[in-house]
Amino acid sequence: MTLIKDGNVVENSWRTVDDNDEIYDVEAVIVSLNRWQNEKEALSVSNCSLGICLNSDQHPAVIASDVGHFYLIALEFSALADGRSFSYARFLRERYGFKGELRAVGEVTQDQLFFMGRCGFDSFELSEGTNVEKSIGALTSFSVAYQPAVDNLKPAYRLRHESWQLPFPG
Amino acid sequence: MYEYDQTDHTLTRERVIEYRDQVSRRLEGKISEEDFRPLRLKNGLYAQMHAYMLRVAIPYGVISSDQLRMLAHIGQKYDKGYGHFTTRQNLQYNWINLEDTPEILKELSSVEMSAIQTSGNVNRNITSDPYAGVAPDEVLDPRPIAEIIRQFLTLHPEFSWLPRKFKIAVTGADEDRAAIKVHDIGLKIIKSEAGEIGFEVLVGGGLGRSPFIAKTIRGFLPKEDVIRYIQAILRVYNIEGRRDNIYKARIKILVHQLGIKSFAKLVEDEFKASKDDILLVGREEEERISAFFASPDYVKLPIDYIGVVEASTNDNAFAEWLERNVTTHKQAGYAIVNVPLKPLDGVPGDITSDQMDAIARLAEKYSFSEIRATHRQNLVLPDVAKRDLISVWQGLCGINLATANLDRISDIICCPGMDYCSLATTRSIPIAQRLNERFKHLDNILNIGEIHLNISGCINACGHHHVGHMGILGVEKNGEEFYQVTLGGSSSRDAEIGKIIGPAFSSEEIVDAVEKLIGVYISNREVGEQYLDTYRRIGPILFKEALYDAH
Repeated sequence: MTLIKDGNVVENSWRTVDDNDEIYDVEAVIVSLNRWQNEKEALSVSNCSLGICLNSDQHPAVIASDVGHFYLIALEFSALADGRSFSYARFLRERYGFKGELRAVGEVTQDQLFFMGRCGFDSFELSEGTNVEKSIGALTSFSVAYQPAVDNLKPAYRLRHESWQLPFPG
Repeated sequence: MYEYDQTDHTLTRERVIEYRDQVSRRLEGKISEEDFRPLRLKNGLYAQMHAYMLRVAIPYGVISSDQLRMLAHIGQKYDKGYGHFTTRQNLQYNWINLEDTPEILKELSSVEMSAIQTSGNVNRNITSDPYAGVAPDEVLDPRPIAEIIRQFLTLHPEFSWLPRKFKIAVTGADEDRAAIKVHDIGLKIIKSEAGEIGFEVLVGGGLGRSPFIAKTIRGFLPKEDVIRYIQAILRVYNIEGRRDNIYKARIKILVHQLGIKSFAKLVEDEFKASKDDILLVGREEEERISAFFASPDYVKLPIDYIGVVEASTNDNAFAEWLERNVTTHKQAGYAIVNVPLKPLDGVPGDITSDQMDAIARLAEKYSFSEIRATHRQNLVLPDVAKRDLISVWQGLCGINLATANLDRISDIICCPGMDYCSLATTRSIPIAQRLNERFKHLDNILNIGEIHLNISGCINACGHHHVGHMGILGVEKNGEEFYQVTLGGSSSRDAEIGKIIGPAFSSEEIVDAVEKLIGVYISNREVGEQYLDTYRRIGPILFKEALYDAH
């Protein structure tokens, strides 16, 4: 499984644990929502770095007030066609204020990466057989965009009008 | 019309590069057909019975002479010399090679066209009133906002993997010529009592196997909120829409299952939660876009042109064409010319490359180089000076497109059916052709009056049979084609889903059945009454008796 982060191939330093797996001190683990909800107190005071993985049926609203506990949130794409996690990513970034690593897992292929990047994902666990070099390139498939999102691409209407400013300043 | 700037060109060019890579991965066998399918679909490429079908977007139905010439050229070079206009103001080619598609897109991009999002589970082409900007009954020209919405939804990062396809239509007129009530979102520009411009927002309309008329979700939405409101609807749909069953995945099912009140609450909550999102493009951008749709330089002309009046008294064919296909324009001395793509010996919506070239030329000479596509698979020359009507008519006669049959029984909406489409279960085009053969005398057609006859070759309802005043749906039973008749549908302001009149007819019987129905109308109509009015007044009983009692 190849992991891309900030546009580079990196080693995965996180361990995804099953709900019954033992968790050791001072390690980086990704737990399920179920485990987080059951062991919230114990996990909050442990010394490990916490990450959580939500599947595409799990709306991140359920952890909206908990995001400060996590260094990493992984959102699952259960199928190429399942686009819910694009909305979830934007909620986490734009509404719940999550600043840590937002990882796309599951069905993650070259052709979604540009969109994922714009929605706030910064790491990508590529599906088996996905071309790594092309996937990194895909993050910048487009140099322009029509709409604002979580990334730094200025929407077209701002490029067009240098003097563009917020309609309601302040 | 809208013209690309550097940003639009860059985006379209980069999309061609991306698509070219997707096709080459497929051709090299690096991705499976299964994985390639959603990628090609997002680009309007379908695998059909005999070849690939490519659907080209015509945003809100506005097309220039140069663009139409390019479509003619592509038809000539990569297809069999023709194309087919659809009910969503697009044009599709039926005989395309996969290998050619990147090059076709490149050629299209040279005239500021694309096939971006013409298929697949994404926001499709925004459709609109073909008379936008020239209709006398318009509150506001819908094209600038349609263009703003088009841009907002093009390659939208969040809404490119929706549960199912998503169609938006917008109109700025009182009369609905864009079928907004059978769209996922319908927008109608209205003026509040205080004189403020805004939108009535409708949601959850659609045809297919479960037809629904859209419901009003907001009676009045201030103009500046429209993009954010669309975002709220799409977000609720993206998260809540069903993904387990393709037949229940459209937003109409979600709206139906939740009920409009509960659905509206979800949308309004999301709309409130997004109040800090800055989605307004700003005044300068609005002005920039609106300027592209300013009226052309009309000259001051008398209201009527005496030569036209004379010609129509001398030439019956011209008079009929004038009466039927030519409509009132907002500007004195000008007219809207409808060009039904429904010659009696043709295939509904089909147009040859030669005809495209000829219309491009006519538009260049007589209609400020602009053409519109309509949702009834016809074309419109929107800005013709009345003094030029005779020349335009002669030009259209020369390409067999001057049949005076707009909104008449031979102005049939018809899907490609089993002659092309791999989803279809029956043929639809031959039924249209046989109906035209039966009702071939123009006097007869004109006597029958206004009627929308729509034919679909399968339950997916691409021929809009549900909203035909008379609808025909092909159904396959034990390998044989049967045709079910629905009556009383409409896609206009008074939109309604037609009702099935009774058991289906065999292919041999269907044309006789239509003739019997028309007979019931003719013998029961009151003075000035059109088919749909009569049906609504007298109900289905007499129609049913005529069809089934003799059996």
